[in-house]
Parts: sequence; C-alpha cells; structure tokens
Amino acid sequence: MLKVTAKTRKILVPIISIIAGFLVGAVIMLIWNYNPLTAYSSMFTSALGNLNGIGETIREATPLIFTAVGFAIASSAGFFNIGLPGQAQAGWLTSIWIVLANPHLPKVVLLPLAVIAGGLAGAIVAGIAGYLRAQFGTSEVITTIMLNYIVLYTCQHLMQQVMSSKLRLDTDTTKTIAANGSLKINWLSKLFGDSRINAGIFLALIAVVIFWYLMKKTTTGFEIRAVGANPFASRYAGMSTKKNIILSMLLSGGFAGLGGVVQGLGTYQNYFTQTASLDIGWDGLSVALLGGGTAIGILLASLLFSILKIGGLGMQTIAGIPYEIVSIVIAAIIFFIAIQYVIGLMFKNKQAKSPLVTQSNSAAQSIATKGEE
Amino acid sequence: MSFVAILALLVSSTLVYSAPLIFTALGGAYSENSGVTNIGLEGIMTIGAFAAIVFNLTCASTLGKATPWLGALIGGIVGLIFSLLHAVATINFHADHIISGTVLNLMAPPLGVFLIKAMYDKGQTENITQSFGYFSFPGLADIPIIGPILFKSTSAPAWVAILVAIVLWWVLYKTRFGLRLRACGENPQAADTLGVNVYGMRYAGVLISGFLGGIGGGVFAEAIAGNFSVSTIVGQGFMALAAVIFGKWNPIGAMLASLFFGFAQSISIIGNQLPFFNHIPAVYMQIAPYVITIIVLVFFFGKSVAPAADGENYIKSK
Repeated sequence: MLKVTAKTRKILVPIISIIAGFLVGAVIMLIWNYNPLTAYSSMFTSALGNLNGIGETIREATPLIFTAVGFAIASSAGFFNIGLPGQAQAGWLTSIWIVLANPHLPKVVLLPLAVIAGGLAGAIVAGIAGYLRAQFGTSEVITTIMLNYIVLYTCQHLMQQVMSSKLRLDTDTTKTIAANGSLKINWLSKLFGDSRINAGIFLALIAVVIFWYLMKKTTTGFEIRAVGANPFASRYAGMSTKKNIILSMLLSGGFAGLGGVVQGLGTYQNYFTQTASLDIGWDGLSVALLGGGTAIGILLASLLFSILKIGGLGMQTIAGIPYEIVSIVIAAIIFFIAIQYVIGLMFKNKQAKSPLVTQSNSAAQSIATKGEE
Repeated sequence: MSFVAILALLVSSTLVYSAPLIFTALGGAYSENSGVTNIGLEGIMTIGAFAAIVFNLTCASTLGKATPWLGALIGGIVGLIFSLLHAVATINFHADHIISGTVLNLMAPPLGVFLIKAMYDKGQTENITQSFGYFSFPGLADIPIIGPILFKSTSAPAWVAILVAIVLWWVLYKTRFGLRLRACGENPQAADTLGVNVYGMRYAGVLISGFLGGIGGGVFAEAIAGNFSVSTIVGQGFMALAAVIFGKWNPIGAMLASLFFGFAQSISIIGNQLPFFNHIPAVYMQIAPYVITIIVLVFFFGKSVAPAADGENYIKSK
C-alpha cells in the first residue's frame, strides 16, 4: 500500500485505469495469438510517428473535447447526459445545412452563423430533456436516450425527404461545403502533412478555457455545482434548481452540438446519413469520465483516446490486428474508472485530517487485507 | 388484402419484433427490482446475439431445427457471464450503476466484432441457415378467424416470451424469492436486518437480466437479423429499458410495453403494405415509440416510481 496525498491519488487512479485497460487489451490479443507489443508500438508510431499522424490525432481529439465538456457540465449538475450523440448529430446537420443553403454569404458572417446555429441545435435537443427533468422530474437518462433515436431518424428523414436535392449529391450525402463556411485552414493542414486538422482545435481550446472559467470562476458555475452536490441545500440557499437544471442541460447540449459542428465543418466538409448513434457522443462521455470532469483532464484524455483511435487504424493496416481492440481497451479503461473505489484501496491518504477519514481508511484497509487473504 | 390477412400480418410481425424486447425487458425488470439499474441491456443483447449466431453457424448442420432455440439459450448463458461484470462492479465495487452499465454497452459491440474477425477473418458473419421462422400451432391454427390471426405462421419465441412473463410476474409477486428480491430494491437496509442476503439477491437480479437479455439478443439475431455485425443490435436494448419503465417495473407491464414497441416497430417496417399507414411518412412511425415513451413518462408517471433503492449501492456495514 502506498501513502499518497489525496491529490496524487486523484491523478493515480486514472493512470492505473489506463494501464489496466491496456493490459486487458493485451490479454485479449494474447488469447487470440496477436502480439500486443507489435500492436501497441504500431499504434503509437502511426498516431505520433509523423506529422500527418499527429495532425489526424489532434483532429480526432477536437470533437471529443467538445462532447466531453458537454458531458462534464451536465454531470457537475448531477445529470447523466447520455444524449451527446443525438445533440452532436443535430449540430452537425444544422451547421452543414446552413452553409450549403447560403454559399454566397461572406465568411465572417457565414462561419460564425453556422457554428452558433449548430451549437443551438444541440442545446435545444438537450434542453428538451432538461426542461422535462426540471418541470416533471422525468429521468434525463431515459429522455436523452430516446432523443438520440428521435434525432437519428429525424435527421435521416430531413436528409432524404426535406433537404433540397440541389444541396445533395445523393439521398445520403450532401455536397461539399464552400470554403466560406469551412473550418479548414490550408496552411495548417499542409504543416501537419496534409492531414484534416482544422480550426476546430482552436475553438476546442477556447471551449476548454470557457468551461474552466465558467465552472470555477462564475456564480453560474458555482450554482450548477451546488445543485449537483445537493439540490435541497441549494434550493434552501435561494438558488433556483429548475433554472439551473435547464441551464446546465442547455450548456451541455450546446457544447455537444459544437462537437458535431467541428465534425461537419472541419473534418468531413459535408453531412452524410448516419445509421447509428455518433461515436463522438459515446467517446466524449468516456473522455469526460476518464478526465474526471476537469478541464485539463479532458484535454489529456481526449488526446489519449485519439491516439488510440488514429493509432488503431494504423495498427490494423500495419500489424493486421482488428481495430476493435481499441474500443475494447477504451471500455476497459472506463470500467476501471467505474470501480475506482477498488483501485483507491491500493493507496492510503498521507495525513488523516479528521477521525472520520481515519475510520474510513481503516475500514478500507481491513477490506483490502481481507481481499489479499 | 383482406381484413383478416392484414390483421394476421400485423399480429405476426408485432410478435416477431416484440419477442426479443419482452425477454430483455423482463431481465431489466428483475435487475431493477433487485436495486441495480441496468442500462447495459443493449450490450448484453449484443453479446447474446453474437453467441447465438456463432453457435447457430457452428451447429446448424448437426442440430437442425433445434438450433435457434439452443442458440438463444447459449446467448442467454453468455449474456449471464457478461453481466457478471456489471454485478461485480455495482454490488461489490461500489461502481456507479449508470457508468458500469455504459461500460457493457461500450464493450459488447467491439468485443463481438473482434471475436468475429479473429474467428472468421471478416467483419460480419454469414447468414444463418436455421432461423426461427414462422410457427403454426397444430390444431389452434385451424380455428376460424382467430386461428389465422393469432396461431398460424406466428412467432413461437414471442409466445414463449409471453408465457415467461407470466411466470416471472408470479415469481416476483407471489414467491418468497420475489419478495426478498423486491425488498432489496426498495429498502436494502431493512432487508439486510431481516436476514436477507442483499448482495446475493442483487446478484440474482443482475444475472437474471444477463440471462434473459442474452436470450433476447439471441432471439433478435436468429429471428430478425440473421447474422452478426456491429449493427445487429441498434437500440433494441435501450428500447427494452424503456419498456421496463413504461411497464412500471412490473414483468407483465414490461411485456405489454414491449408488445406495444414491437407493434410500433413493425408498423414502421410493414407500414407501406397496409392501408392508411402507407400514407404516413415512415419517419413518424420510426420515432413513435421513442416519442411515446417520453410522453408517457412525462404525463402519466410524473416523478419516477422506480424501486426506492434502484441504482443505489448498498454497502454492508460491519
């Protein structure tokens, strides 16, 4: 058992979860006769070994930062926003549609318009769940899951039946957007070996700073956290729980929507019909959980996930190991985060501040020793 | 199309689409009644579908007609093993139920596809040769009007599922085991005081949900999908979860809700063959079950009526 301060422990838990997740992946690969060392080394070299890889890794991290921030805001308020995929998808389709429909607007108007509209679309989708939760107490877990499917099918319908055929290549793909509404920056892509890295990453960094500032430095952030920590106490202190529930879901969905926007205006430059919930939604959730809901944690976690995902593609082509191992590793990491209580048993807090802490420590210790027997 | 033929088509496709939802939702109801929220039903179904299809492909030539049934059973067993992850995490390791359940959903599709790739060297399996197909009850199918509607070319797994729902309702509300299980979901402290093994009961709840969810996934794969790929199970598990809530955490309620969702799903698929429904844009039929779930939750339930300690960890003190 290691003696560590509470702060070190907070950092050690995710690190151990990551290592354990990689080990699970390695064991599965060994069982099926793949070489984990070849797998992981080809993963890291293809994600970080050249400029194109680095550019793609950053590009992959961009939407995850947004969706993770979205998840973290709702979760500070005590909500599990599992509707990130739908909110991101709404943002993606909306922003692309606006750019396609107004190709002649100047870039200074069109790009911000599309970005804001995409964020709003995500906010509205999440806001429905927030409103229902605030007004009727309806579980946001169920409503956001249901909204994911409603958005999925509605977007298919809008794409195939409603959108003007002038904006589409075929029923499942839109035309490529004009440079006026694009987040692409040619010199930046060139710099990173012609990768699809785009201005979205700057927006994402701004979003992380806003998130940090909002949650740590503003009254709004304080109220959101207070409602999350104890809705009854915060109501007693004169805060409107309803307002804060709705506000946190609107913000959460807004960021998730922006995740979809950078996917559309940055990475793909178009929208195409989705047949399942967007990956960036689920990954954003994982990133936020791994990052512990903090700004810096989200940045680091999103980079790790992107290395896994971009590197995983390389691993598949170079080493011939199925890409799915990456998602298994990610799921395993989240599993270890979920059972961090057990990981925490490996450490002891350095200084016990109150009798209560000592007591719980000794309890933890006795469980831990029992486990060793 | 005659009126009877239309009704027969509607009933049979409703039953086909309901069967996997009923099994899975029954599992969900048991898990939640024991006090463990199980949002991982989707993942459990996926792994069940995977196991059932692999079994079916491997054994169809030797087992013949019995293959899909045994396949569903294998799906159930693999689902049960998979759900152990959720049980250990939530019951012993104090994990947040929603996060742990999400792990099942994150884990199952890549694991299934990875294993398929490792075994068959491709991303999805061949189509199975022995699927559930349609079943006619001997004798009952000959009853005029009712026979062709309910008992001719119908879905056998659905009738089994309905039977299982009735049995599970009886177990939950009329037996000592059911009472103890519910006690653990309502007030684990009190149950513990009275000598009920809360951890054991919760394990039972989660493992039953794994078994039934796996069967549900197996039935879906062998009756509807016909093969296994990453998109075999897309949302059926979440739909089953909605059915649990829609059905007020009661097995019969969950079964009826599943029948309704099965009806809504089948309408969106066979709608273009039906009068009246063929004028409604497909999108409304597709989103109907989800919209209705939300509306029902909002207007008919107000605040949630889940078992009181559902989703809460119970930590036994010394």
